[in-house]
Amino acid sequence: MTNNILELDHLRKNFGGVVAVSDLSLNIAKGAISSLIGPNGAGKTTIFNLVTGFAQPSGGHINFSDRRINGMKPHAIAGIGISRTFQNVQIFPNMSVLENIMVGRYLRSRAGMLYSCIFPPILRNEEKRIREDAEKQLHFLELEQYADTPAGSLPLGNQRMLEIARALALEPGLLLLDEPASGLNARETIAMGELIGKIKEMNVSVWLVEHDMDLVMDISDYVAVINFGGLIAQGTPAEIQRNPEVISAYLGG
Amino acid sequence: MKGKNSAGLIALILAVILLPYIITNDYYLGALIFAGLNSLACIGLCMLMGYAGQISIGHGAFVAIGAYGSGILTASFAWSPWLAMFCSLIMAVVVAIVLGIPALRLKGHYLAMATLGFASIVHVVSVAAVDLTGGPSGIVNIPRPKLFGYLLQTDTQYFYFVWAVVIIGIYCAFNLIDSRVGRGLRALHGSEDAAASLGIPVTWYKVQVFILSAVYASVSGSLYAYYVNYIDPGPFDISYSVLLVTMVAVGGLHNIWGALTGAIVLSLLPEFLSFVSDYLRFFGIEYQQDYDTLVYGLILLFIMLFLPEGIFPSLRGAVAGIIALFKKTPRMSGQNSGPIAGRRFSGHDK
Repeated sequence: MTNNILELDHLRKNFGGVVAVSDLSLNIAKGAISSLIGPNGAGKTTIFNLVTGFAQPSGGHINFSDRRINGMKPHAIAGIGISRTFQNVQIFPNMSVLENIMVGRYLRSRAGMLYSCIFPPILRNEEKRIREDAEKQLHFLELEQYADTPAGSLPLGNQRMLEIARALALEPGLLLLDEPASGLNARETIAMGELIGKIKEMNVSVWLVEHDMDLVMDISDYVAVINFGGLIAQGTPAEIQRNPEVISAYLGG
Repeated sequence: MKGKNSAGLIALILAVILLPYIITNDYYLGALIFAGLNSLACIGLCMLMGYAGQISIGHGAFVAIGAYGSGILTASFAWSPWLAMFCSLIMAVVVAIVLGIPALRLKGHYLAMATLGFASIVHVVSVAAVDLTGGPSGIVNIPRPKLFGYLLQTDTQYFYFVWAVVIIGIYCAFNLIDSRVGRGLRALHGSEDAAASLGIPVTWYKVQVFILSAVYASVSGSLYAYYVNYIDPGPFDISYSVLLVTMVAVGGLHNIWGALTGAIVLSLLPEFLSFVSDYLRFFGIEYQQDYDTLVYGLILLFIMLFLPEGIFPSLRGAVAGIIALFKKTPRMSGQNSGPIAGRRFSGHDK
């Protein structure tokens, strides 16, 4: 057994002739906050898409808790305990905030279509449990006052919080956050950092892509830097800040 | 929301119980039976269109499968109407799976194309397969079903029977919507990627709701065949499928009540128009039934321009507005239309 929850082994992804990820080997530590940084177009979101099954690798392997997951469908990958948020928030705007989180309890419940058709919600214990669990998440994220608000009418900061609450409702082992602080103001960014710290305390490993360097250096245990789809440096925030290659990639030296 | 739905359902049950005492004319009762049959198909279609965001422009084909399946099995093979209805239903399910799996794997409106093509095939088969379907002359002598030993002979009995099925259909639809499965469907309508990232098998869910809508349509077709005792290809052409979609869109596709409203309004419109034409004749205007299409078009145009969310949400918004006026509290009408009547919806595009 290793201390890594996720291992990328010589991962490659080409879109036609364009190399998005080239021969990337990277380990994500269990129970820690890891960050993935790099200039725009470096391939960060592509890597997240490969891990969560939204894109299939052209080569290499992805192992989650010592289990090979490349080639699996997104919903199956969610089923083994990886959940994610999206760079451009993907909430369900036509549902209430509470219902959004209740969708996150999908994998922790089992009613099928026929059963759901016949029995009204009041008679279903499972439905009650889903609601209670979702309310707990809502409480954790301090979004209670918005429970019945249509999710589409929340301000962006709260939409990002909601997306995380929904992803956490899955009780994942690994949570992938794609630019959780983008579009947030300074105060909201600080709250986001605190939230990510709390998620780590819940024993969920966190891997995030983020452009806000203050946030990344502040909360991360490990940082990996990529450019042109390849790894250029990894280590603790302090090591990364001193690394000359990273400085040149960011300053365009 | 749930409370309102239960209240609505109880109101509907009361209305159904009382209506035959108010409307004693068999002709109008018959019109209400057809309205019920269309409602049933529309409720299924509404779950597919409004909740899961998929379009079927060939749902008339599933109604035809129900009608022909029941017609052939009872009239030609003397099966029990219930068994015949069940077998047609299974056939509709099989067809929905075969049609749905390839079409729903893809994002976009491939289901619309597949169902449109399928509806044409079914119509051609119903006209041309003379040995099986009787061709243009159709199938006669389809029996009425027996319920608890009683033959559903009179129109009043059949009215209660059909609307009882519609009410069960609405009840099941509401149960489903407020369940894990229903939330999954609404979620994939909002964002397929996010739904998948939460573990919802997107393709299988779309296929499932397509199957469910086919079941509703098939039952509607079976009940139609048993009611009129005679079927021919006429009522099941493409324009019927389009009419079903129109009913759902006109009523308001994000709400079961909307689908019901649309189905009832458009089913009764021809009766209303012929009623009005008597008055028009009194004023010296000769109204022909051919003008019906024109009136339909105008109504549709009006609704799409001025009530783009459909009749039902607009009505509800107006009622909420009036209540707010009386309460003298400033309140935005139409905005508080519950979680289902999506704010960001854009017609058929999503």
